[in-house]
Amino acid sequence: MKRTSAFNVASVALGLAFLYLPIAILVIYSFNASRLVSVWGGWSLEWYRELLRDQAILDAAWMSLRIGALSASAATVLGTLAAVALTRGRRFRGRLLFSGMVYAPLVMPEVITGLSLLLLFVASGVDRGFWTVTAAHTTLTMCFVTVIVQSRLIGFDRSLEEAAMDLGCPPLRTFLTVTLPLIWPAVAAGWMLAFSLSLDDLVIASFTTGPGATTLPIRIYSQVRLGVKPEINAICTIMIAVVAFATVASSLAAKRGATRRAREGLGVQV
Amino acid sequence: MKARAAAKRPGGGRLVVLVPYLWLLAFFLVPFVIVAKISLSQTAMALPPYTPVLDLAAGWEGVKQFAAQLSLDSYALLVSDELYLRSYLKSVEVAAASTVLLLLIGYPLAYGIARSPRGLQPLLVMLVVLPFWTSFLIRVYAWINILQRDGLLNDVLMRLHITSVPIAWLSSDTAIYIGVVYSYLPFMVLPLYASLEKIDPGLLEAAADLGCPRWKAFWRVTLPLSWPGVAAGALLCFIPITGEFVIPDLLGGSRTLMIGQTLWTEFFSNRDWPVASAIAVALLALLLVPILLYERLQKRAIGEAP
Repeated sequence: MKRTSAFNVASVALGLAFLYLPIAILVIYSFNASRLVSVWGGWSLEWYRELLRDQAILDAAWMSLRIGALSASAATVLGTLAAVALTRGRRFRGRLLFSGMVYAPLVMPEVITGLSLLLLFVASGVDRGFWTVTAAHTTLTMCFVTVIVQSRLIGFDRSLEEAAMDLGCPPLRTFLTVTLPLIWPAVAAGWMLAFSLSLDDLVIASFTTGPGATTLPIRIYSQVRLGVKPEINAICTIMIAVVAFATVASSLAAKRGATRRAREGLGVQV
Repeated sequence: MKARAAAKRPGGGRLVVLVPYLWLLAFFLVPFVIVAKISLSQTAMALPPYTPVLDLAAGWEGVKQFAAQLSLDSYALLVSDELYLRSYLKSVEVAAASTVLLLLIGYPLAYGIARSPRGLQPLLVMLVVLPFWTSFLIRVYAWINILQRDGLLNDVLMRLHITSVPIAWLSSDTAIYIGVVYSYLPFMVLPLYASLEKIDPGLLEAAADLGCPRWKAFWRVTLPLSWPGVAAGALLCFIPITGEFVIPDLLGGSRTLMIGQTLWTEFFSNRDWPVASAIAVALLALLLVPILLYERLQKRAIGEAP
């Protein structure tokens, strides 16, 4: 029944065109020598050079990278723990509340999360800046990590863990030598997702930031509000290139890992 | 470090739960309590710009004084000023209409991917997800390039002599819908694809063998079986779109604001924290049922241990 009808091909082609056309246009116009969007002035790298001279944008990018790396790492640890607790742990009191708190941030409008975190920081009297944005991003992204790791934990053969435990392996060692290698791709994917969500976030960062902690999206947003600027096209193109490279590289790595595991038979040595 | 110390003690597995649990309590639940509290406070020209501030050091007297000063003023304002009601309705309208649009566009796309050759499917799914990894802001911004007055769309339309004067695409509801559908399409397609891909092709073969026309087989077999995907996709889009800020702010007009923008303005421009908090509480109340539905679906999808 696998029929590739014209309708199916057309809907996939149109859908993908819709997704990629605006991005392609943005990339092409970042190389436009003319300042006007509607006028094509020939190919040029002028806006990239201008970007390199824009210290504010560079500072903001560095700030975003640091917040992203730190919050993604914290979120990966917390999110993996939460996933293990939800799938492997015995029943515990307040479990319903716990799973509720894990899934709610996935769909919660950002303005609500941002406002509530800001009010928390004000009420507790901490100085807002790098650390408050990092904590806010950790909270948001750990839930995404949990969902990804959880689906992997459910998907694999539990008897491997049970065998290790039956042979007297303590729980933590079982986790480190059996479970973690098996769920590793999901943990890595979770980190990547957390990192890119943090780099992407404007609303929560705007609420929780303070003086001296301007992230890249906040900077871009304030520029965009003033109108289209070719430099913004250039920095967006760089970000797209980084993302595309990381995605292709990680999917290639995952494929190589899968074939290697397939060759070795069972990729676990207890 | 903590986990290692814990594992040595019997029952140390509890720490596995405790650490993320406490984190979420502190950074997710407690903040909501604070929002609810401040929504009952009064605006003040001070920092923080609201009274009363709960003074626990004053003991019971402090609590009593605090309780006496709580007010429903912010909520009264929400109900009495038409601005707020209008922006609520606007948000629900935009979220509902774009969810329908997303279904109409996302379903054929997901269906097409699920019906394509097996070997091709992972690549197609990756192509749908890839734009999601690029910044949200970039994707919205990309449309400004196209939709602005001297942008590409008007350029093409005028060259084709479809219109002689540039059309103001930006600052309109059309632009909001384009931006929302574009940004949320992956969120709709993925759950739809996940449920469509699971359908046993044998069922459709059986229907065809028994003389069922294809459209009827789709209507009676495929559509009902993909229902969980439709529900998940719709909720995954509807809930965040209702509170959306960036898209209407950059692409929409200034005549009718969506509720996320109203909250933002109250907070950042008017510095009225109690009213901003009251808006957040009211928005949350509006979304409570969809969020609970989504959580139930999510738990079922992940087949969580009971």
